[in-house]
Amino acid sequence: MQYLYDGTYTGWLTCVFESFERKEADAEPAIHNAPSADLFRGTRTIITDNAKAKRVYDGLCHKLTHQRAADFFRAFLSEDPQAHTAAFRIIRQVFTGNAAMLENYGDTDVLYFAQTLKKVSRERHRMKAFIRFRKSSDGLYFSVVEPDFNVLPMIARFFRDRYADQRWLIYDARRRYGLLYDLQSVSEVALTHNEKETLTAGTVSIALDEKETLYQQLWQQYFKSTSIASRKNTRLHLQHVPKRYWKYLTEKW
Amino acid sequence: MHRIQEKLSILADAAKYDVSCSSSGSKRKNTGGIGNASSSGICHSYTEDGRCVSLLKILLTNHCIYDCAFCVSRRSNDVKRAAFTVEEVVSLTMNFYRRNYIEGLFLSSGIFKNADYTMERLLRIVKKLRTEEHFHGYIHLKTIPGASDDLIREAGLYADRMSINLELPTEAGLKMVAPDKDHASVRKPLAYVNQQMQTYKAESKLIKHVPSFVPAGQSTQMVIGATPESDREIMQVAKEFYDQYRLRRVYYSGYVPVNNHHELLPQTGTPPPLIREHRLYQTDWLLRFYQFEVDEILDADHTHLDLEIDPKLSWALRNPHLFPVDIHTADFNTIIRIPGIGRLSARKIVQARRFGRLHEYQLRKMGIAFNRAQHFMVCADTPIRLGMPDMHTVRSQILQESQSKYNLRFRTAQLSLF
Repeated sequence: MQYLYDGTYTGWLTCVFESFERKEADAEPAIHNAPSADLFRGTRTIITDNAKAKRVYDGLCHKLTHQRAADFFRAFLSEDPQAHTAAFRIIRQVFTGNAAMLENYGDTDVLYFAQTLKKVSRERHRMKAFIRFRKSSDGLYFSVVEPDFNVLPMIARFFRDRYADQRWLIYDARRRYGLLYDLQSVSEVALTHNEKETLTAGTVSIALDEKETLYQQLWQQYFKSTSIASRKNTRLHLQHVPKRYWKYLTEKW
Repeated sequence: MHRIQEKLSILADAAKYDVSCSSSGSKRKNTGGIGNASSSGICHSYTEDGRCVSLLKILLTNHCIYDCAFCVSRRSNDVKRAAFTVEEVVSLTMNFYRRNYIEGLFLSSGIFKNADYTMERLLRIVKKLRTEEHFHGYIHLKTIPGASDDLIREAGLYADRMSINLELPTEAGLKMVAPDKDHASVRKPLAYVNQQMQTYKAESKLIKHVPSFVPAGQSTQMVIGATPESDREIMQVAKEFYDQYRLRRVYYSGYVPVNNHHELLPQTGTPPPLIREHRLYQTDWLLRFYQFEVDEILDADHTHLDLEIDPKLSWALRNPHLFPVDIHTADFNTIIRIPGIGRLSARKIVQARRFGRLHEYQLRKMGIAFNRAQHFMVCADTPIRLGMPDMHTVRSQILQESQSKYNLRFRTAQLSLF
């Protein structure tokens, strides 16, 4: 039985609830407009329900540590259907009293789940490292990124704590939403069509602060000067900074 | 080119041979201002030689009264000289930090006039960053040997990490290339900072608000391959410094020849000993995270590390009587001694084996280097064998199967003939 849901985490948790409520152990959630929707199996449309999702989440926190419970959200952010399926099978096991199985790394689902968490965490860390702010003429520090996974929710607190005294915007051009910090709190923003036009990873047509170009040049100079030519190791360099990230990086422009 | 850009190019170039890059180990919080320390550290970029760029690593000046043969900034070397002002360093740091280019500042300096004068300038910069700019990011500060205790103590209240470089692993080596320097002048301030750290730590158990003092600890660096020390001597020195001064890190920096003025040093064009440096770091990790002793890896008969294979494998080949290890029954500390299995895979194995016997395909998926490990362990589907195979055979088998990244360049060169 395939459960079609709206693609939100709340919707996914509702699927967990429904699969127990309806005693459908073979349920498998799929996003309703995803191309993978299977024609030959029965489908059921699941309506996202906050109360049901919260019961599942609270139950999860009861069975597992908060850290472990949050792992399901992190795996969800991978946007990888296979990881979602693995997580769904695991979460069902957890609720049928087999919480310990999360440590059974010999199991294909558990290992895939753990590896997905690792990948998501690596992308989250890369965003902390590779995001480069540019300063606009009105003092906003902004950055456009296209992360492999939907990691913005996982880095909001990091940037809020660190850059507490400057206004900043991090915009995910692939998923078309951003995080805006206004010196008080971080909020999710979607941009109007015109605004989107001015913010794509490659070209930005926003008036920049007068010193912005100078600091970009200084940073590029620093990056050049700090490299040791006789130790050049392009393989290692590419391993650490894969080419798909170069478009964010001021020093690689 | 702006004057500031020229200064940056000179003073970053002069600072790059200091390989310490870490920005980890500090828990400094953002208390009204900008910045905090990330306890795991963040590498914001990587140079083309593959080293991480975490901090803005610069010298305050490359003017220096010393004439150490291995150093690019030594008095007699004909290079462009420059010096930053306090304001320039502060504004560079703040503007780079605000754009998320860096984790913080790594500030070192050539010695001008005398030690106290230099240390006082360094102190002025970090003090301004912390008290006027309210900067709580990471600061790595060089301790200048010979500076007064008062200056060092005050600097320690603002810095996250402090370091002094040992430069050459032995006193004899140092005398050969830097006659003005000795190890004693490095030991004294290392000991002083360590003692202060312990005092502050002890106080923080009794009093609630004790200022943090060098929260990320101290480190040092040794130049490898400039003078003829053996790997055994190097690791013994490292071990002693880890124990005696509770260092967080010892860095090993393969010597990059900077000129031909000193006939005893490797001449320009000699490639830096990259593989040896790598093997020394591996040994360092075995000492710190795998409970190995120096004598197990390097003894009187083996004073140098094997460049072809990693030190753990080399140790295992010399100790066939300890293998094979059954991963279902051995404890964690024994499993991490199996070549090809690291700490993370070992932890997974220990957790997963409670659910059933583990097979090769599962171990491979967990991420162990099975080609190496198979000779030294037993898992569910290991074929039965009588006794241990001959270690020479194992060695050559592993070497044949493995694609060492160091051989890669050589191999591609061969292939291109066809």
